[in-house]
Amino acid sequence: MIAIIDYGTGNIKSLQFALTSIGLDAKLTTDASVIHDSDGIILPGVGAFRDAMESLRNLNLTELLQQEAAAGKPLLGICLGMQLLFDKSYEDGEWRGLGLLQGSADRISGEVKVPHMGWNTLTHHQESSLLNDIPDESYVYFVHSYAVRSYPQQQLVSSTDYGGLIPAIVQKDNLIGMQFHPEKSGEIGLQLLKNVGGMIA
Amino acid sequence: MLAKRIIPCMDVDKGRVVKGHKFQNIQDVADPVDLAKRYNQSGADELVFYDITASNENRPLFLEVVEKVAAEIAIPFTVGGGIRSIEDIYQTLRSGADKVSINSLAVKNPDLIREAALKFGSQCIVLSIDAKQMDSGKWHIFIKGGREDTGIDAVAWAKEGERLGAGEIVVNAIDTDGDKNGYNLELTKAITSHVNIPVVASGGAGSKTHISEVLTKADADAALAASVFHYNDINIPELKTYLDQNGIPVRR
Repeated sequence: MIAIIDYGTGNIKSLQFALTSIGLDAKLTTDASVIHDSDGIILPGVGAFRDAMESLRNLNLTELLQQEAAAGKPLLGICLGMQLLFDKSYEDGEWRGLGLLQGSADRISGEVKVPHMGWNTLTHHQESSLLNDIPDESYVYFVHSYAVRSYPQQQLVSSTDYGGLIPAIVQKDNLIGMQFHPEKSGEIGLQLLKNVGGMIA
Repeated sequence: MLAKRIIPCMDVDKGRVVKGHKFQNIQDVADPVDLAKRYNQSGADELVFYDITASNENRPLFLEVVEKVAAEIAIPFTVGGGIRSIEDIYQTLRSGADKVSINSLAVKNPDLIREAALKFGSQCIVLSIDAKQMDSGKWHIFIKGGREDTGIDAVAWAKEGERLGAGEIVVNAIDTDGDKNGYNLELTKAITSHVNIPVVASGGAGSKTHISEVLTKADADAALAASVFHYNDINIPELKTYLDQNGIPVRR
């Protein structure tokens, strides 16, 4: 069973529907025992970085997520959920994240419209089981105004180009971040979720 | 490279997709879930569902449709119509919508845009504008399904919407809506050149050329249309091929 952390206000039902459609059992939850008993965790995320961290703290989930990650359980952060895995974000201030990955998020800059909204292509940087059946230049759906800016190069699996390089998939062992929404990225997105499921099984 | 988006729009009345012309002569088209699945498979980049009944009694039925659609498709979709409060936005997003579009109410209560953007994030708040050209040449915002002139300048309102926190703007030219003579390039261009958030053009699509024009000449980020897609007058895979051949980046 995959635990989808239900700590916010956005559309996470689509994520559950997507997982169900590929045969993965997923529960929306904030219950510590359910999260602890899960085989994998998905941290979705919409809204503001600060509010999201505050919600996680209020639900006493930050330490639990850190422990589960340290124990080697697969943890996928999606969109803002990916940014939360990092040390900090400069979204309207400077806020501490979960600190599971080194690096920080900052506003998208350059001569481009913000938010970065729509279908953009993935450029692969290294081999990973996450990329099984995901051709280079596949389109996935992004919607975000902030992006991870500094990070260890060896953790970059795929990037996209929008006013410069934006990390799209990062991975450090059992920790995975996807800046786009796999649950909204058609067949390619479902395949990516299947690949994550492959790490969990 | 970021692709230009093709967005079929479905007007939903009492649980069915319908089609009217200038908000009149409503005709039944299809079941929303069936049509959404068809679009999902044919390569549409995003969908819009508009609750044209928008009455309190019908809201639960509409949200049921939203949830059924979310269960069947894996592409983003926006829901508009009948959004009256932060609570409505919350319910709509929880039902599986990715974005909500706010029209008349934003004009009456601009703070709703600000509040909603702070609470849910700009990325899911779409400001929808119905505009009509006046004799002065200026574009005015119309509300109540195009019946009431607010006297507000469309370009100024789009800029204000961006400042308040909207993450996207849909520009609908109500003069040309349903005429199939092409988007209003002048209006679309006026908006795209004054805001720095994505702009979706709406109203008037009749051919592949119209769509190509609004994406290039008017710099729209996405093109929205209804009946030409519903009745397959424009076939989406063929449209994508055509746009690709014309050097416009599209997801294929």
